[in-house]
Amino acid sequence: MHDSHDAPHGFWTRYVFSQDHKVIAIQYTVTALAVGLVGLVLSNLMRLQLGFPGHFDFIDANRYYQSLTQHGMIMVVYLLTAILLGGFGNYLIPLMIGARDMVFPFLNMLSYWVYLVAVLVLLASFVVPGGPTGAGWTLYPPQSILPGTPGADWGIILMLVSLLIFIVAATMGGLNYVTTVLQARAEGMTLFRLPLTVWGIFMATILALFAFPALFVSGVMLLFDKVLGTSFFMPAIVSMGQPLAYEGGSPLLFQHLFWFFGHPEVYIVALPAFGIVSDLISTHARKNIFGYRMMVWAIVAIGVLSVVVWAHHMFVSGMNPAFGFFFAVTTLIIAVPTAIKVYNWLLTLWRGDIHLTVPMLFALGFISMFAIGGLTGLFLGNVSVDIPLSDTYFVVAHFHMVMGVAPILVIFGGIYHWFPKVSGRMMNDTLGRWHFWLTFVGAYAIFFPMHYLGFLGMPRRYYAYENYAFIPESAHTLNAFITVAALVVAAAQLLFLFNLAWSARRGRLASANPWGATTLEWQTPDTPPGHGNWGAQVPVVHRWAYEFSPPGQARDFVPQNAPPDAPVE
Amino acid sequence: MAIAIVLIVIVIAALAFHALSPWWLTPLASNWGLIDDTLTVTLLITGAVFVAVNLFIAVAVIRYRHRHGRRAAYEPENRKLEHGLTWLTAVGIVAMLAPGLVVYAELISPPKDALVVEVVGQQWQWAYRFPGEDGRLGTSAMRFVGADNPLGLNPADPAGRDDALAVGPELHLPLGRPVRVLLRSKDVLHNFFVPPIRTRMDMVPGMVTEFWFTPTRAGRFDILCAELCGVGHYNMRGVMVVEPQADFERWLAGLPRFAAARQVAATPPGGDLAARGRGIAQARGCFGCHSVDGAASVGPGWRGLFGHEVELADGSRLKADAAYIAESIRAPAAKLVKGYPPIMPPYALDDGEVAAIAAYIASLDGAADGTR
Repeated sequence: MHDSHDAPHGFWTRYVFSQDHKVIAIQYTVTALAVGLVGLVLSNLMRLQLGFPGHFDFIDANRYYQSLTQHGMIMVVYLLTAILLGGFGNYLIPLMIGARDMVFPFLNMLSYWVYLVAVLVLLASFVVPGGPTGAGWTLYPPQSILPGTPGADWGIILMLVSLLIFIVAATMGGLNYVTTVLQARAEGMTLFRLPLTVWGIFMATILALFAFPALFVSGVMLLFDKVLGTSFFMPAIVSMGQPLAYEGGSPLLFQHLFWFFGHPEVYIVALPAFGIVSDLISTHARKNIFGYRMMVWAIVAIGVLSVVVWAHHMFVSGMNPAFGFFFAVTTLIIAVPTAIKVYNWLLTLWRGDIHLTVPMLFALGFISMFAIGGLTGLFLGNVSVDIPLSDTYFVVAHFHMVMGVAPILVIFGGIYHWFPKVSGRMMNDTLGRWHFWLTFVGAYAIFFPMHYLGFLGMPRRYYAYENYAFIPESAHTLNAFITVAALVVAAAQLLFLFNLAWSARRGRLASANPWGATTLEWQTPDTPPGHGNWGAQVPVVHRWAYEFSPPGQARDFVPQNAPPDAPVE
Repeated sequence: MAIAIVLIVIVIAALAFHALSPWWLTPLASNWGLIDDTLTVTLLITGAVFVAVNLFIAVAVIRYRHRHGRRAAYEPENRKLEHGLTWLTAVGIVAMLAPGLVVYAELISPPKDALVVEVVGQQWQWAYRFPGEDGRLGTSAMRFVGADNPLGLNPADPAGRDDALAVGPELHLPLGRPVRVLLRSKDVLHNFFVPPIRTRMDMVPGMVTEFWFTPTRAGRFDILCAELCGVGHYNMRGVMVVEPQADFERWLAGLPRFAAARQVAATPPGGDLAARGRGIAQARGCFGCHSVDGAASVGPGWRGLFGHEVELADGSRLKADAAYIAESIRAPAAKLVKGYPPIMPPYALDDGEVAAIAAYIASLDGAADGTR
């Protein structure tokens, strides 16, 4: 096979309007990290108010609810989803399966630019009259489009429009990733030889293609309710003493549609993280991933089950209570394949040769963080235990650990791991370790105590907790401690950003395969890989992705594309 | 190696935190001890797994960290081990799920003889309704809501005429009797949450939701809203007073009945203007944001307002007279008091209603210093 498209020469086509999946991946990653930084600052604004209420005049109730909403939405959609699929997916899929690029490069480029528009529309809501919406990231009507909620005029419209644009971008990217995995694999790369990173991103993308349409239609319907006065989600209402013209709609319908998207969304973020962390652990423990086939089936099972668990977010929503039985059962069943993944990560470590590199530290931190976040999910999935904990700080602790901190630890680990391939340079090890320790220990300090505030019954989404008799003074002290920890963790991310920028120019030069990895992206003729990835010849795959420390080999790894009769060195 | 030590320290710190934490479930005040038991079972099982996972990583790192000449074992699969772990997990899941579902079946089956109370939420206040002597609540709809009918009862429904109304934060309940709580909302989602009761439910406009419990401990308990309902969400306060049956009956007997209350509220202008203003303010939901004890809330408090100077958002000052109050009702954004967000919607009240509210606001100061 010959290199089908010529490398572009001009600055614009090479670095800006590039159709090269590697450039698009970097664009996605940088944009997502930048908007994620906004989300991080917003979380600190909230923490300042919660830790030291009344000390910061500029955080009034309006700003607090706006920060809360935009923090959630930015982190879940515009950072995590975008960076895992658009960033990691774009960079790794073609390289890991031995393709020269995505199958639809132009669509791929378009996906990024549409995503950028979505981000800009989102950010624009900060400067319109009334500011961004403060309805909570779930945007539940009727509240989200009525007075009494910040940004109920301009803010909510821009939020919905931005989401609709984002879904267009995600669909363009998603069709591309799925088609590429199915159609463009190198010779010998069977589905059961794919690295788990690709499996995770592949399954997450399929989920995204199924789940995002539910958000899309609910967004359009909510927009109609707001702008055209339809009543999809709006029953007869007396708002602030004024009767409104709505009649006959169902607020619960929105919740069903939202969570039909929202729960798979958790796995759209988690499955790529599961895949990536599997590869990090295997590579840095120099040991094959334990139970590869079981790991693949677990990814598939989690993906399938994730579309029938959504209403566990609605146990106290007022839906027909009989649904509670069904959704509690499906939710706890999903714990089985998830637990299998954790066991297999642990068993991969056992009898390994564990190199405690920075990516490995983040991977180990992920297992610990994901374990506690997953276990607390068993409280919330089991309907009768969920009821007292619903909408308390227990929920805040749970979802931050399981789908906030855990995936972001994998993202950091993945960036430290693949940075040498992307840039040709190593990231600074000392800064990386500081970054890990502050982030990992800090995240525990922030979120572990929150479970106990939740047991106590402290509701989430409160601007202030003054004069509630059941909340002791000590809870306020604990909140101040959590805020200090959150400020430290946020500051630690500056180390990461500095490391990223500094290492890109000044970092130690990396060899082509510094970690001794088996997967194809480390076997490219050039580092960073050139346009078309493989030079004259695309690789041929001879084995699975986890041939670490096989008996009878001098080296402790055999690349996927090494010929079977390669001499024993 | 540091990671192994840190993980061990995290396990020890977590256990110590749990043992020493002053933050735990509030003392139970309802019959739902079963929820606490299920929660405890879940905590024990998941806590054990949490400890095991972290210690496993620590031991693996200590034993198998890279040293010169070390080489990993090669073991792609181990069916027996994988299947064993899968079944073990399934058993653990069933051990948590089965009791959970049994408790849930009870949670959604209220006893037939339960006392019925309706809770009505609106931004950011509570109201309650008990059936009268006929034991039935009258029907309701949003189109009936008005100054003389804050809960929107159907005036044509005879079942509603004797319903007892408690418009305000305080709800009394008798000790030891099952209560079936029916929930409605006039505007957005709310959630009736009393932490020591454990169970609760969202309040959804357009439908009636419910839950039930038996109060088992006398006392005053905070009622909170636990479903984000706008900028005043954190301040939607109520009080649940659990007391012996006799005290409860005395309180209930003192509540106005719908038919009678309606006549009082509908008293034409010429009666006590301030009393009429109070009724209008209540029906329109003004008290969700404006306190009458002078405290700052979502909006400026009303006591100490009338006839006093206020500082506006642009720094200028003016005297809050009847004209200013009328303007602030009809065009709230025109002259905002400094420090308050521009979230109040305009209210199209007629001159008589505006005058009544102004009279009521003025009367709050008189009541305060006793000069009136």
